[in-house]
Amino acid sequence: MGRYVLRRLLQMVPVFVGTTFLIYALVWAVPGDPFEGKCGERDCPDAYVAMMRDRFNLDDPLLLQYWKYLVNLVQGDFGVTSSGVQVVDRIVTAFPVTLKLALVALLIEAVIGITAGVVSGLRNRGFLDSLVLVSTLFLISIPVFVTGYVVQLVFGLQLGWIAPTVTTPSFGNLIVPGFVLASLSMAYVARLSRASIAENRRADYVRTALAKGLPTRRVVGVHLLRNSLIPVITFLGTDLGAFLGGAIVTEGIFNVPGVGGLVFRSILTKDGAMVTGVVTVLVLVYLLMTLLVDLLYAVLDPRIRYD
Amino acid sequence: MSRARLVRAVPAVVAAALVATACGTADAPIGSNTEAGITIFNTEPENPLVPGNTTEVGGSRVLDPLFTGLVEYRAEDAQPVNAMAESIDTTDSKVFTVKVKQGWQFHDGSPVTAKSFVDAWNWTAYGPNATQGASFFSQIEGFDAVHPDDPDGADGPQEAPAPTAETLSGLEVVDDHTFTITLSEPFAVFPVTIGYEVFAPLPEAFFKDRKAFEETPIGNGPFKYVSRAVGTDIKLTRYDDYKGNDKPKFKDLTLKVYQSRESAYADLVSNNLDFMEELPPNALAGRQYETDLGERVVQRETLNNQTIAFPFYLKPYDNVDLRRAISMSINREEITQRIFEGSRKPADGWVHPLMKGYQAGQCGEYCTFNPDKAKAAFAKSGYTGEIVLLSNTDGGHQEWAEAVVNSIKNTLGVEARFVPSTSFGEFRQKVNGHEMTGMYRAGWIADYPSIENWLTPLFRTGASSNDGLYSNPAFDAKLAEADKAPSEEAAIKLYLEAERMLADDLPSIPLWTQNTIAGKSDRLKVAKLDPFRTLDLNSVEVA
Repeated sequence: MGRYVLRRLLQMVPVFVGTTFLIYALVWAVPGDPFEGKCGERDCPDAYVAMMRDRFNLDDPLLLQYWKYLVNLVQGDFGVTSSGVQVVDRIVTAFPVTLKLALVALLIEAVIGITAGVVSGLRNRGFLDSLVLVSTLFLISIPVFVTGYVVQLVFGLQLGWIAPTVTTPSFGNLIVPGFVLASLSMAYVARLSRASIAENRRADYVRTALAKGLPTRRVVGVHLLRNSLIPVITFLGTDLGAFLGGAIVTEGIFNVPGVGGLVFRSILTKDGAMVTGVVTVLVLVYLLMTLLVDLLYAVLDPRIRYD
Repeated sequence: MSRARLVRAVPAVVAAALVATACGTADAPIGSNTEAGITIFNTEPENPLVPGNTTEVGGSRVLDPLFTGLVEYRAEDAQPVNAMAESIDTTDSKVFTVKVKQGWQFHDGSPVTAKSFVDAWNWTAYGPNATQGASFFSQIEGFDAVHPDDPDGADGPQEAPAPTAETLSGLEVVDDHTFTITLSEPFAVFPVTIGYEVFAPLPEAFFKDRKAFEETPIGNGPFKYVSRAVGTDIKLTRYDDYKGNDKPKFKDLTLKVYQSRESAYADLVSNNLDFMEELPPNALAGRQYETDLGERVVQRETLNNQTIAFPFYLKPYDNVDLRRAISMSINREEITQRIFEGSRKPADGWVHPLMKGYQAGQCGEYCTFNPDKAKAAFAKSGYTGEIVLLSNTDGGHQEWAEAVVNSIKNTLGVEARFVPSTSFGEFRQKVNGHEMTGMYRAGWIADYPSIENWLTPLFRTGASSNDGLYSNPAFDAKLAEADKAPSEEAAIKLYLEAERMLADDLPSIPLWTQNTIAGKSDRLKVAKLDPFRTLDLNSVEVA
């Protein structure tokens, strides 16, 4: 186990270097003047542009630029944006918000998705099963931005039940955006667990458990569910990684000051230091998430062993 | 904390309030609440919060209430009025004597003196400080010494030479509250230009510790800085010892950073946001804002216009008859009515109608739709090829650009084509690089409210925003004559003569001037826009 984890961690190094280099190169390769819009409607003065080019080492060859960036990065220095704000500070404020939103969304999608999946998987072809199938099909076919705007318009503006945007990103306030964000994955989770449950229901070990005279609750809750959840966990794990990468659309609609909007706006304003910094963190998070998911397999299914 | 609770309490009231306005029975509130706080829309500042180093709107919205300059522009007509200046006198439009009002203080208690201005201006102009606002000081004597030009531009390999002086020789402190400004050339409208916030004074604290100042800006304006949550909001509060006439009628000002204009608009509609200028496209489409906001729409004519500029470096656009033909074949009336539903006004000259000294009809017949004359001019030009119009489309320019192209096509019976470009940044880069392949969309937003600002930067030979490389020695001479005029009145007369010279040449086609459409919440009894497209904070009254 320990060696496996170590090997995986070592594998992250080349992935990390490769991705950050790609992102670094791409950000500055985007066409257009990186100082456009920094000075309002007028063009930036020469002295200002020269200083900024100097600060971001833009006059050096690309590889040297990247090297300088990487050296700073390894020392924990993410650099400064053009507005003089430390990139680290922005990440530290934006990331917890996104983490909260991701957790809320994950909780909603896991609880509702798995419950619906289990219920419909156990009642094959019943009314509840059909209801889950139809409603998930409905959810899958609507893009998130439609769900978002409709929820905001109907519940926020017309009925006035909720504030149309998030005023302070507390867990309570993030329930609605979390629900919108989770809606699509929730449907997938429901369908995935339904298929898995329906298949495993006829497995030998379930029949054995029933024959032993175990109560149905225990058969379903311990034997059946634990084995059926492996594909669902994979899905939830990668989904959490995706949520942490920021939900540009949902964040934009509900004004959640998270990572997605930060990256999006930084790309638009060509704030290279910010984009590379945030994406670097995201790459790390994603790598760790996949490692965590792989380790979870072993916990769920004793047949899977590393080493 | 109390702020957050206040905001969350609002939605419950919304439904009732909406019903009330819809029925037209909303009763007038009694008196105004001078202790209230308001929240207005903002974008994340792109630069550190130093007046001389911020010229984009997200930073300006924060700095404007924090600082008061020598003059401020009146919200009604954009005319400059003395604010911190007791008087600004000159006899020759070259040497100006400025008397600063006594008894004013910065928010940290230090006095505002003549030195606060001179030091701030010297710092901003000094080349190695690389500020965005440096060029605003280029007319002051000695600018070349403190801010030498980069010989091959910022992109070139050579570095700008080191400055030979640290301070502008044209600035001199006479006593605590008097200083003189000497310009390198006479410039009659100079006092009008200094209302811009890059001319704001800076306290001693700034020069001692710039880093600390950027984190907690100290100004001399009607509001003082409270706190900033980067990416979320900036909070200001009323400065109670403020000596100026524009004392605010409310207490706290929160500038909230929104992830998107659309989400801000949703908050505005539900009264969670108190003011937002420039509504998003989804609100403007089909005049949706009228249904959503009703009487809460705030609208006024602001200092910006839309034109079509010509690349004089490209044939056939250097042909004056062709330019006239194109201009006379555009039906401005119909396009402003059909596409902008009257929210824009056809332009009849290059100077904005709100400007002091504006004269109607300066462009004359060449800016009037006239199919017959257009055809005649087109025949005279001898050109028969295709006409191309370029514009970026990320600012909602597609519709009118296509309408203009169709108008040209139908009137002249010539092939005309609109070529879109997706990003403003890329578009501007091509304009600056003189790489346009046709005539192109251009717009101008006044830096300072003077007739001169609509002519010199755009059309003088080699001027900073003369991207089409237009050059007319007679026009240049007239501008120079106007700059040297002994009084503003005399200068205006000469600038108008210069504007009339443009009509013969049509270096750009004036299309229309713009209205800015903003919205306010029910809580605000009064909220007006100023001509610079921002909220006039002095006008705000909270119910």
